[in-house]
Amino acid sequence: MPSNIIFSAKDISKFFGHGKKRICAVNNVSFDIADGEIVSIVGGSGCGKSVLAKIMLGLYSPDSGSFLYKGKPITNTRNHWNEVQSVFQDPFGCFNQFFSIRSQLKDAFGILKEKPSKQNIEKRVDEALLAVNVKPLDIEGKYPFELSGGQMQRMLLARIFALKPKVLIADEPTSMVDACVRANILDYLMKLKEELGMTIVFVTHDIGLAYYVSDRIFIMHEAKIVEAGKPEDVTQNPQSPHTVRLLEDIPDINREWIKK
Amino acid sequence: MAHILEVKDLSLHYLTRFGQKIHAVTDVSFTMKQGEILGVAGESGCGKSTLVNGLMGLFIPPLYPTSGDVLVNGESLMNRSPKDIRENVLSQKVSMIPQGAFNALNPTRKIKDIAADVIAAHSGNKNINKRQIYDRLRERFDLFGMETEHILNSYPIQLTAGERQRSVIGISTLLNPKVVIADEPTSALDVTTQKVVVKMIFDLLEKNIFSTMIFITHELPLLRHVSHNIGIMYAGEFVEYGTTVQVVHDPRHPYTRALMGAMLSADSEQKNRKPTTIEGAPPSLAKKIEGCRFAERCPSARPECRLKTQGLRMVGERLVRCDYAE
Ligand SMILES: Nc1ncnc2c1ncn2[C@@H]1O[C@H](COP(=O)(O)OP(=O)(O)OP(=O)(O)O)[C@@H](O)[C@H]1O
Ligand SMILES: Nc1ncnc2c1ncn2[C@@H]1O[C@H](COP(=O)(O)OP(=O)(O)OP(=O)(O)O)[C@@H](O)[C@H]1O
Ligand code: SF4
Ligand SMILES: [Mg+2]
Ligand SMILES: [Mg+2]
Repeated sequence: MPSNIIFSAKDISKFFGHGKKRICAVNNVSFDIADGEIVSIVGGSGCGKSVLAKIMLGLYSPDSGSFLYKGKPITNTRNHWNEVQSVFQDPFGCFNQFFSIRSQLKDAFGILKEKPSKQNIEKRVDEALLAVNVKPLDIEGKYPFELSGGQMQRMLLARIFALKPKVLIADEPTSMVDACVRANILDYLMKLKEELGMTIVFVTHDIGLAYYVSDRIFIMHEAKIVEAGKPEDVTQNPQSPHTVRLLEDIPDINREWIKK
Repeated sequence: MAHILEVKDLSLHYLTRFGQKIHAVTDVSFTMKQGEILGVAGESGCGKSTLVNGLMGLFIPPLYPTSGDVLVNGESLMNRSPKDIRENVLSQKVSMIPQGAFNALNPTRKIKDIAADVIAAHSGNKNINKRQIYDRLRERFDLFGMETEHILNSYPIQLTAGERQRSVIGISTLLNPKVVIADEPTSALDVTTQKVVVKMIFDLLEKNIFSTMIFITHELPLLRHVSHNIGIMYAGEFVEYGTTVQVVHDPRHPYTRALMGAMLSADSEQKNRKPTTIEGAPPSLAKKIEGCRFAERCPSARPECRLKTQGLRMVGERLVRCDYAE
């Protein structure tokens, strides 16, 4: 296997439940993601995107097939998280309601093997907050319940911008923010990517975002990857009927969407 | 014609543990006619969800009204206890579909029981029994061609995101409220499910189950297809208010223009079009703000902008909070 492969999935499947209620969340999926690549996984609700993301994070292991990170199975999640970090779909579930936001952003560095100095941590947290359009003073002493949905989501991104991981798995990272903040976040993320040679996997419903930032798009439908390719090809010349359907359903300002 | 909803100079604040006031909504005014859908968009954290609570008259600490009034069919919702609002206003006159509600449904209760709890709390009728509520739910869900028995007898986790959101909407509108306020009802959904949910909303309007709606979202392209009018908020204030076509296709306030310039689409030119970014952050809402609230970040700012507080004025038949907009 070439050494520049970050994730390699071969025929992986993941099941939940037993008997009649058993469901297949990921069904015989195979792909490689190269070092420095940006891949977006797009597909309908419940098609298995977040489960796949959790496999990449080492939170689930597949029930069959092989899943490798840099050529090896993920055995020690702590080691894995030293390099692979994530933005989860539900921002409120990720922060502890009883600690201030700033202290949690600083504590996040605890996951790193080499902890920066205290001073450096403060500086990196301030920079990261500005990158998500938040003035550090405005969250001073604030707790998660004192922020809006989109502000909380930005705290998850600030955490990533401060930690600067090698690999980022971002599950719906900008679903709650406005277009300007989204543009700013993507801008900063692309700068970080250049600086660190980051590999990024986006899980998203936002096809405009996937098209704009990705090297490749995977379209998922009912636990399978039904189409994978360059964003130009997937959006302009879709092969799978599921991709066609998704593209048709995007509300566009210049095209009829629902007949009233 | 009489207004269904009248909002007059509404200002709202949070009182923090340190006794600091966060002025989250400032001087918001608008009126809505029967049959109108108003879209509200704006910077994340600009006060949209706070405004929603104000519009229901529901003030639970740390949120307090600062000044202004909200009238539904001429009846004021201000200075009323949360108990009074819950029993006599919510679900009947004004109903809300909260941000992220369909992901926060009580996992240990079936949809029909969640519905019964909500309705019993808000119907104002202590004698309403479960049987009546179930019957009404069945009738309503059938009307929308939903898989009624399956959905009502399921736990939230057994349903798809779309089924859960349609259930939330079905429950929130069961008592035929006059005004429905939906806070980001589709932002966590895929485009196909989003379309199904919006179709259900149009269906409810057509069947006259409710007639007036406020639709909050970050997605202006979606509002293009949903709302008649749009209000754009920034740092607690409305900065532009006009018809959907005016605001989406010909925005005049520099912030609205930035928002439109930051859209991402899947059309072939998008790869070469860099979305607009604006650096910095909105002003702190804890202090009194002098001058235009957007001045720090506005690409057209002039020195005067930081000195003079901007009021709404008519520019080409829409309201814009900028003295220099044309
Ligand atoms: N811990 C779990 N236990 C049981 N079933 C699960 C679990 N996690 C996920 N599932 C199921 O696996 C399927 C895929 O879920 P997943 O969360 O990956 O969907 P998704 O594509 O991320 O959807 P969305 O776009 O709504 O976030 C769904 O049917 C879901 O109900
Ligand atoms: N409990 C609270 N205490 C203090 N400040 C709060 C509280 N809740 C919200 N705020 C502040 O009030 C402002 C408005 O928040 P609100 O939730 O209304 O924003 P929003 O426009 O709905 O944002 P989003 O689009 O991200 O949901 C924000 O600056 C937020 O930090
Ligand atoms: S008043 Fe000045 S700073 Fe404010 S929006 Fe207008 S031009 Fe920009
Ligand atoms: Mg998911
Ligand atoms: Mg909100």
